[in-house]
Formats: sequence, C-alpha cells, structure tokens
Amino acid sequence: MTPLFWVAILALAILLYVLLDGFDLGVGILFGLTSQEGDRRQMLASISPVWDGNETWLVVAGTVLFGAFPRAYATLMSAFYLPLVLMLGALILRGVAFEFRNKATSSRWLWDTGFSVGSLVVAFVQGMTIGALAQGLPMENGRYVGGTFGWFSAFSLLCGLALCAGYTLIGLGWLIAKCEGSLQNKAYHRIRLTTLCVVIFLVGLFIYSLRLNLRILDRWTERPYLGVFPAVGVIAAAVLLFGKRDRRDHRPFIMMVFIFIAALGTFLASFWPYMIPFALTIDEAAAPPSSLRFMFWGAGLFVVPLIAVYSTAVYKAFYGKAKPLENE
Amino acid sequence: MNLTALLLSRLQFAFTVSFHIIFPSFTIGLAAWLSLLEGLHLVTQKPVYRRLFEFWLKIFGVAFGLGVVSGVVLAFEMGMNWSRLSEASGPIQGPLLVYESCTAFALEAAFFGVLIYGRSRVSAEFYFFSALMVSLGTTFSAYWIMVNNSWMQAPIGYQLINGAYVPNDWPAILFSPVVWVRFPHMLIAAYLTGAFCVASTGALYRLRNKYGSEARVMLRMGLVLAAVLVPLQMFFGHLNGDYVHDRQPAKFAAIEARWHDEQPAAEVLIAIPDAQNETNHFELKIPYLGSWIATMTPNSKEVGLTDFSKADRPPIAIPFFTFRIMVGCGLLMMAVAWLGCFFRLSLGLDQHRILLWSTFLSFPLPFIATLTGWFTAEVGRQPWTVYGLMRTADAVSPNLTVGATTASLAFFCTIYLLIFTFGTVCIYRLIKGGPARAPVGTTDNPKRPMAIAGGRPITQGNTAEILE
Repeated sequence: MTPLFWVAILALAILLYVLLDGFDLGVGILFGLTSQEGDRRQMLASISPVWDGNETWLVVAGTVLFGAFPRAYATLMSAFYLPLVLMLGALILRGVAFEFRNKATSSRWLWDTGFSVGSLVVAFVQGMTIGALAQGLPMENGRYVGGTFGWFSAFSLLCGLALCAGYTLIGLGWLIAKCEGSLQNKAYHRIRLTTLCVVIFLVGLFIYSLRLNLRILDRWTERPYLGVFPAVGVIAAAVLLFGKRDRRDHRPFIMMVFIFIAALGTFLASFWPYMIPFALTIDEAAAPPSSLRFMFWGAGLFVVPLIAVYSTAVYKAFYGKAKPLENE
Repeated sequence: MNLTALLLSRLQFAFTVSFHIIFPSFTIGLAAWLSLLEGLHLVTQKPVYRRLFEFWLKIFGVAFGLGVVSGVVLAFEMGMNWSRLSEASGPIQGPLLVYESCTAFALEAAFFGVLIYGRSRVSAEFYFFSALMVSLGTTFSAYWIMVNNSWMQAPIGYQLINGAYVPNDWPAILFSPVVWVRFPHMLIAAYLTGAFCVASTGALYRLRNKYGSEARVMLRMGLVLAAVLVPLQMFFGHLNGDYVHDRQPAKFAAIEARWHDEQPAAEVLIAIPDAQNETNHFELKIPYLGSWIATMTPNSKEVGLTDFSKADRPPIAIPFFTFRIMVGCGLLMMAVAWLGCFFRLSLGLDQHRILLWSTFLSFPLPFIATLTGWFTAEVGRQPWTVYGLMRTADAVSPNLTVGATTASLAFFCTIYLLIFTFGTVCIYRLIKGGPARAPVGTTDNPKRPMAIAGGRPITQGNTAEILE
C-alpha cells in the first residue's frame, strides 16, 4: 500500500481547508475592520451556515496526518506547541462567537472582538507554520531539536502576515459573491488594494528567501516545470488588478481560488518528497501498510468522496445571495 | 523533559477532555431527541412537537458549538503533549481518528448548518434527513472515540515493531468485547443525560405553571425513557466491571479499596483509603458481597493492591471515590425516574411538588455520573497510558518545558472558563425564555379547542386542560 494516496488526500484536505476556512477567516478579519452592525450581520449571515463544515477540513487534515504519517504528526504538533495552543484558543473564541453574539447583550463586544481577533490569529499562526517549515525546522536525525521557540524567525512572521492578507482577500471575494448593496460595494472598492498587498507580500517573501538562500529554492532550479504554479498565480492576480470593472460577482472569488492553488502548489511541490523538509521523507513518516490499507478501503475510497457529495449538497442549499439569519 | 511538564500535561489533558465530554454527552442525546421531535411532527403535524423542536434546537446549537470547539483541541493535543504516544500508537489510534473525523465530525458539521440556518431553504424531508444525519454523526463519533479509548484500556490486535504498535487484526480492534460494553455504556449515558435535561426542563415549567402542553410532553418522554434506560445502564455498568475485573485487576482493586487478597472478599461500601499505610480508615464493609459483585459466586478469591508493586498501582483515592459518586448518581436517577413514572401513572405528577422539584433538580446527576465514570476509568488506568504497554511518563512530548505547559494550561483554563460561563448563561436564558409561542389560530389538538397555544403562560381559562 503506497502512502501516495494519503499524500494526495492530505494535500486535498489542506487545499480545501485554506480555501473554505480561508474565506470565513477572511470574513472574520474584515468583520473587525467595520463597526456597522448591518454590515456585520450580513457578513455573519454569509458564513454562519458553512463555517463548521469548513473547519472540518482542518480536523480531517490533522487526523490524516496522524493516521497516515504518525511520525510527522508527532514531530510537528509538539514542535509547534505554543503557536498551536494560540491557534486552538483563537479557533475556540471565533467559533463560539457565531452562537454567542446574538444571545449576548452587554458582552457582545467581547465575542465580536474574539471573532475578529481570533480569525486574525488563526490566519497568522497558520502562515507562520508554513513559513517555518519552508525555512526548515531545526532537526537532527529526524528529531526536532529547536526547543520552545524553534519556529520563530523573521521569515516565518512575514509568512504569517502574508497569509492574513491572503485570507482577507479571499474573504472579500466571498463577500462580493454572497452579499449585495453597500457591503458588496465596499468589498469591490477594497479588492485592488488588498490584491496589491498580497502581491507585495509574496514578492517580498520570494526576495527574502533568495537572500536567505533557502535550500528549498534548489527545487526550482532542479525542476523548472514547477514554475507553472507561480505563473497561474501571477495571471490570476493580474486579472484582479487590471481586469475589467464589469462586476461579475463570482470572478474575484474564482481568481483567488487560483491564487491559493498556486501558492499552496508552490509550497507542496517544493517540499516533495519530504514531509518535513530535508529531515523526514514521506516514506519515513508513513504509517505501516496495515494502517494505510485499513484507511484506504473505507475512509479513502468511500467516506471522503461521500463528504464531497453531501458538502456540495449543503453548499447548494445555501447557494445564491445570503439571506438574513433565521435564528435572530 | 522533567516531572513537572509531565504533570502539567496530564492536568491539561484531563481538564480539556473533561470539559469536552460534558457537551457531547449532552448533544448525542439531544440530537436523537430533535430527530424524534421532527419525525413526530412530520407524522402527526402537531404544533407542540415543532415548538419543542425549535426550543431545543437553540439549546442544542449552543452546546454543539462548545462541543465542536473543545473537540478540535483534542485532535491536536494528542500530538502536542503526547508525541511519543502518538508516534508509537499512531498506526492504530491515528486511523481510528481519521474515521472519526471523516464519518462523524464532517457529517455533523455539514448538516448542523442546515439544521440551524436552513429550515426555509430545504424541503421538510431534507430537513428531517439533516436532523438524522447530525444524530448519526454524533453516534459515530462516540463509537470511534470509544474504540480508540478501549484500545488504550485493553490493547489488542497489534504487534510491536521498532517501538511502534502495528495493527495486525483490525476486526479484533473494532469489535473487541471491551468496545461493546463500553460504547453502549457511553451511549446510554448520553441518552440519559438528554432524557434528564428534557424531563428537568418539563418539571421546571410545570412548577411555574407555564407552557403546559410542552411541559407534559417533556416530562412524559424524559421520565419514561430514563426509567427504561437507568436499569439498562446499570447492566452495562456491571459488564464494564467484569472487563475491569478480568483485564485490569489493579484498577479493580483500587475501585474496591481492597489492599490484600481476600477469600471470600468483602465489599467496602465507604472508607477513607490510606495509600501510605496500605489500609482503610472508617471502613464500612459487607462480607461476601465483594466476591458476589466480582464473580457472582460467594467464595471467589479477589486480589488486593499489594499484589502489585508500588510503581504499578493506580492512585487509589480518585477511582475509589469517583466510582461511588457515579453509582450514587445512578441510584438517585433510578429513584427519580421510577417514582416519577409511577406517580404519573397512578395519581398524576402534578400533585407531587416534591417529585417535580426533585425531577427539576436532577439534571446535574447524569453529567456528574459521566464525568466521575470517566475519572474512574482513566485515573484507574494509571500509571499506564496504554494499559500494560506504555507508561504515561513515557508518553509525553520530550521537548515540552514547564514554562510552555504552564502558559498553555493557564490559557486554556481562562478561555474555557469564559466560554463555559457564558454558555451556561445562554442556556439558562433560553430555558427561562421558554418555547416560542405558536402563531395565532393554531391549536395543539383539534379535538380540544381549550388547549390553544400551549406556549402561552397559563391563565384561568386553560388550567383545566393543564391539570388533566
């Protein structure tokens, strides 16, 4: 039983996660940038029915990492101990806000703050984690040796900020697709500036990684065809920056999906064949064949496709512009 | 790695997992109750079921939300604090968690959105289907978690290769006899929790003379279900005792506070165990009963804790006392459910305000029983994390420091305290607010026009109907 199938599922889960939870985290960040109650309600109405399903993919990615690559799971989770604690706390605060804010009276500000700051922190920690992995964790003989703050660097912090900008952008795309009126107008107005921000971050990161002379860059001279990923991203960003202003509501979101696929593809392709770059390969990290087989014949072959089917059905049920929430 | 980071990790896991279990044990039962109400409404079209559904759905929403966010933490904490356990047992525990997230978490999360926000967007049948899927998801979740934990209690179907537990018999792991006594025990605990919360709410409204028709349905369904389930739960509890007796003799001896081998064995009802001097103070014992409970024979020989070296004994006080609290809660629940049902049938519960009060006040019992039951199982398993194979001290992540674990424990405590407080306030407000009134003109039962709008506070006009 080859672990490649589970590499693919893991990559798919991560991609779906950054796209789906990406937009609702982005909406959470944008929520903090406005104080108008009407806008806030529209924002929440657009993501409330789906946020929990979106977050599923984080749990699926985490457990697939555990089930198919236990060594990578054990090493990464304990290496990123404090950032993950922070992320989990932030996920809690933003998650309960959906239920709590409309039931709160005097404490609404608290849940609103928790929702927007929580979303921001989650985005930042995830970006930082990817950055630290790309730069290379301090590892010796396949063991993490970096101590409590081994993930901390200017590069990883910059990656954290970049992902905040990225999620904000895809959140804007979602609001344009799902909302109407003044909120949608505001989102349209912000889109170019935010795209510009994201592009500047990405270019900055690229130059920075050249200066740091990251080992990961060798991949790009060895495998020039990988350039197709950034190329897709550049085209999608160009459409957002210079495209016609004819307001087709789904186009910005779709372009952002391309940018995210490009960015994630860039990272994952340059990690290959490592699970943790230059320390632990996919084969070294993989669970024994009996574990992989057990997962493949049930979860892999039937359950994951089934999730895709019913998740699509749920998204279809909420298709179209968001209506005010029923439970208020 | 030092001893304090281990202790802090244990405290943190105990705290976060205990906090989490409160909510699933509530929502597994509630999800089933919601499906039942929605189904009853589809079939009978009685508005009371719809009003009850909408009312309990709001409470479900709060509890489910808290369950989800506290459950995500656990999926990561396994690797964060227990990396050596995750690495060694990952080939078995990992795939089980994959099944949990794919068959349970994903299912309930997707359809939860429909349940809370989608009534006007989907057909009545699809809505009912969504309720069933949420309920199914919560049940699957309980199954996979119980398989996972049961493997740690009684490892089976594995081979030790290069320090990792490699599965070689999945059917043995999935259908181990330990799973099939522990999974029903947990599931019934969850249904009991739901039943008591529902009955307790019904009793509260009845005491306040409010929401007559809703209160009647809640009291009837809650108490009858509880009356059937409590004895069944005790039966499965007994089967659980059997597996502990056979496979975890040190835990069994700790629960019984039995220090030395006895034949025939007495049953210590209550005592203050003294681990230092390996004896009990103020003990109250019943001769022969210990053998009866253990083996159903009057004269069996039962092992004592001193048969095990000190390093292999669990701490005695926690399993001993939590087990007794659990059983005590079970007996109280039995009394409330059976007396409630008996008086409902014979005299009418309304004349018994004491019974109504005790039904109302009984809602904490199933929560306490669930928590203390888990404490017995988990603390009693110590010093092992995987029973007999891996010690808890060898499971912890080697790179954790006292500073990092102190910070994380304090952080989680603060956040959990905050959300628990507000979650409780939310549910209190929802219960105080009561079921929404029915639209004007709808009646509960066309044959009884007096029973208009059961959601409205009781007035002189319809007290006759209430007392019926």
